[in-house]
Amino acid sequence: MDTLLLSRIQFGANISFHILFPTITIALGWVLLFFKLRFNATGDKKWMEAYLFWVKVFALSFAMGVVSGITMSFQFGTNWPGFMERVGNIAGPLLAYEVLTAFFLEAVFLGIMLFGASRVPNWLHTTATFLVAFGTTMSAFWILVLNSWMHTPAGYEIRDGIAFATDWVAIIFNPSMPYRLAHMLLASGLTVAFLIAGISALRMIWGDRQESVKSALRVGIILAAGLIPIQIFAGDMHGLNTLEHQPQKVAAMEGNWDTQSNVPLLLFALPDEEARENRFEIGIPNGASLILKHKADGVVPGLNDFVAEDGTPEHPPVAPVFWSFRIMVGTGMAMLALAWTGAYFLRRRGAGFMPKPMLFAFAAMAFSGWIATLAGWYTTEIGRQPWLVQGVLTTKEAVAAVPAPIVMATLVAYLVVYVALILAYMGTITYLAWKASKGEPLSTRQYPRSGEAEVIAVPGE
Amino acid sequence: MDMFNDPNLWLPWVFAALMGLSILIYVILDGFDLGVGLLMPLSDDDEKDRLVASIGPFWDANETWLVLAIGLLLVAFPVAHGVILTALYLPVAVMLIGLILRGVSFEFRAKAPIGQKPYWNGAFFTGSLMASMAQGFMLGMYVMGLTWTLPHVAFALLTAVFLTVGYSCIGAAWLIAKTEGALQIKAVGWAKGGLWGLLLGIAAISLATPFISPRIFEKWFGFPQLLYLAPFPVLSAALLGFLWWKLRRMPMVDDRHAWTPFAAIMALFALSFGGMAYSFYPYVVPDKLTIYEAASAPESLMIILIGTLFVLPTILAYTALSYIIFRGKATELRYD
Repeated sequence: MDTLLLSRIQFGANISFHILFPTITIALGWVLLFFKLRFNATGDKKWMEAYLFWVKVFALSFAMGVVSGITMSFQFGTNWPGFMERVGNIAGPLLAYEVLTAFFLEAVFLGIMLFGASRVPNWLHTTATFLVAFGTTMSAFWILVLNSWMHTPAGYEIRDGIAFATDWVAIIFNPSMPYRLAHMLLASGLTVAFLIAGISALRMIWGDRQESVKSALRVGIILAAGLIPIQIFAGDMHGLNTLEHQPQKVAAMEGNWDTQSNVPLLLFALPDEEARENRFEIGIPNGASLILKHKADGVVPGLNDFVAEDGTPEHPPVAPVFWSFRIMVGTGMAMLALAWTGAYFLRRRGAGFMPKPMLFAFAAMAFSGWIATLAGWYTTEIGRQPWLVQGVLTTKEAVAAVPAPIVMATLVAYLVVYVALILAYMGTITYLAWKASKGEPLSTRQYPRSGEAEVIAVPGE
Repeated sequence: MDMFNDPNLWLPWVFAALMGLSILIYVILDGFDLGVGLLMPLSDDDEKDRLVASIGPFWDANETWLVLAIGLLLVAFPVAHGVILTALYLPVAVMLIGLILRGVSFEFRAKAPIGQKPYWNGAFFTGSLMASMAQGFMLGMYVMGLTWTLPHVAFALLTAVFLTVGYSCIGAAWLIAKTEGALQIKAVGWAKGGLWGLLLGIAAISLATPFISPRIFEKWFGFPQLLYLAPFPVLSAALLGFLWWKLRRMPMVDDRHAWTPFAAIMALFALSFGGMAYSFYPYVVPDKLTIYEAASAPESLMIILIGTLFVLPTILAYTALSYIIFRGKATELRYD
């Protein structure tokens, strides 16, 4: 394998590993704030217990996110020096603002949020929780601004091959940013909703009947059931935005070779790039035309429009985009079915009396958000190839001339570490749940937290 | 004062200064928490928990200074970023894997089943060692002009050892300030044992730098600059002497002066860093690329600078707040 492919795999592996954890911390921060505010308002201990359990998951996820994020910032230079040389004038300030406005905020207040509860007043602890949640969201904002700019660049001009910023408002609010940001924040919300519902279901399977677990399950299911239709709508809007700005990506997502009307929605196919056709197609007639153009004879762009004179394709590799997209949509549909069935039983029977099969289904889907998120990112990022910045810079131009064996060696080292850590992470969360469901106290604290004594006194009213 | 009229001249300078400041803060702050990680194998199980507790609320924010430093290199001097990081591809990878290992071990050792704890302690030490050695190695390679020849690599391996021992020394000095009792007495011993790393590290770089580059030799040993540069070596020697003298008298009655070794080592790091900055200025890639040649477009730098001027004081303020909240001797880490 050559350096370009190896570098792509390496960066892909790093960023895939990284995104798993911010996806959790972005939304989990807000859920923790919700638990904390419920506790402040009601004084009900179950909310504090839920907080104390999930803050551990948050701390673990945050650490995983921080260390894998540091890797990212170095790999721009080690593997993709051309990226910063050519578009650094735009990417640089966006990354700088991420570090300055978000990264420090999260990192510093995380210490107070995690370990400061008995050292600072309650309001400051709640504020720290808010600032951490706010920081993770700001971080996502700046990163998605940059990522969206790479898909739909705006507000720049090229002088001597180098991009210069001309309009920062246009750069930040580039055409795909609002859609991508909404899609990702909702993905984070769904990932966390299913994680909370899944782990809480697992604890109930293990016989844990604590109020905090029931409440967490309820929060998880309601969040999931509420967000999933919004996400499907946002995803559809994002798809239409992509159709406008990156038609070749949509063509690959649909597996559509020729620009034509009445394009079917393919449920299954094996795209063959050599023969430039699909094998074993199974599709719903007019489906893709209906979704993308809202009429049965709508014209959908085809991949064959994106081939250079000499026959080299100028569209992304078809099969990975086609399949990632289907995995994402399939997972989303499974989430919709489960979340709404769950909401139905929640309403009929209550969180404490969910049928066993429902609990098993939620436990099985605890990490389903990861699958959908990764599949979605693969769709959009592989779908941008061969470009690194759409129409401005190709991936090939940006890669570093590091010998392939060195890239290979470091890639293997990263992969070994990542696989071990993902297993340890999932194992540890399961272990924490098991320990908590066996009644091991979350807190062995003997003294009241500052502010707690007054709060506890309130519910008598 | 013409310099201030032309942003092409003063912006790169300002960003080089900001980047230097970030690197210095990083080396001091993550230096002490990497150092504490290096001391893990020397302590017993109970002490290990206190070692970790002493850096628990801080390490995350400490590491953020590395992200800021590398971020500033990335955004202000993109060409240099590419040249330096591709030249240091392998040590960077070693450092990153080290930082990953230690960052996550921190969490796992407290949350995974108790039977796994020794392994995560081991990973915490290994990660700290990999990161420290890699940073020392990169420092040596940078001084040698980023060329991979056998003598350069040998020198870099030496600086790797010295910096690692130096980190263990500042880590021990941090523990003197943050612990008490038997552990504090142990920490005094560790700090004494680490002084040679500081001494040899500073000596090696101070001697090697001018002899590698005639330009740097001229900057230091020409006249009259030799006179006004004299405080650098004189103060460094005085600080080392003070540390050696002070550590033999620690811990003192009523825990007096528990902070002085840490403060002295901070000053030593700052002086050494200042000396290196003087040597290499105006080059960002030694003797190849100046900060002026490598700088980004002024309009992009300006927009970062405006943000930085607002945000950096805020960051420093809330970092200070966190150090104030978690002041005093380290106690058990808990979430409630």
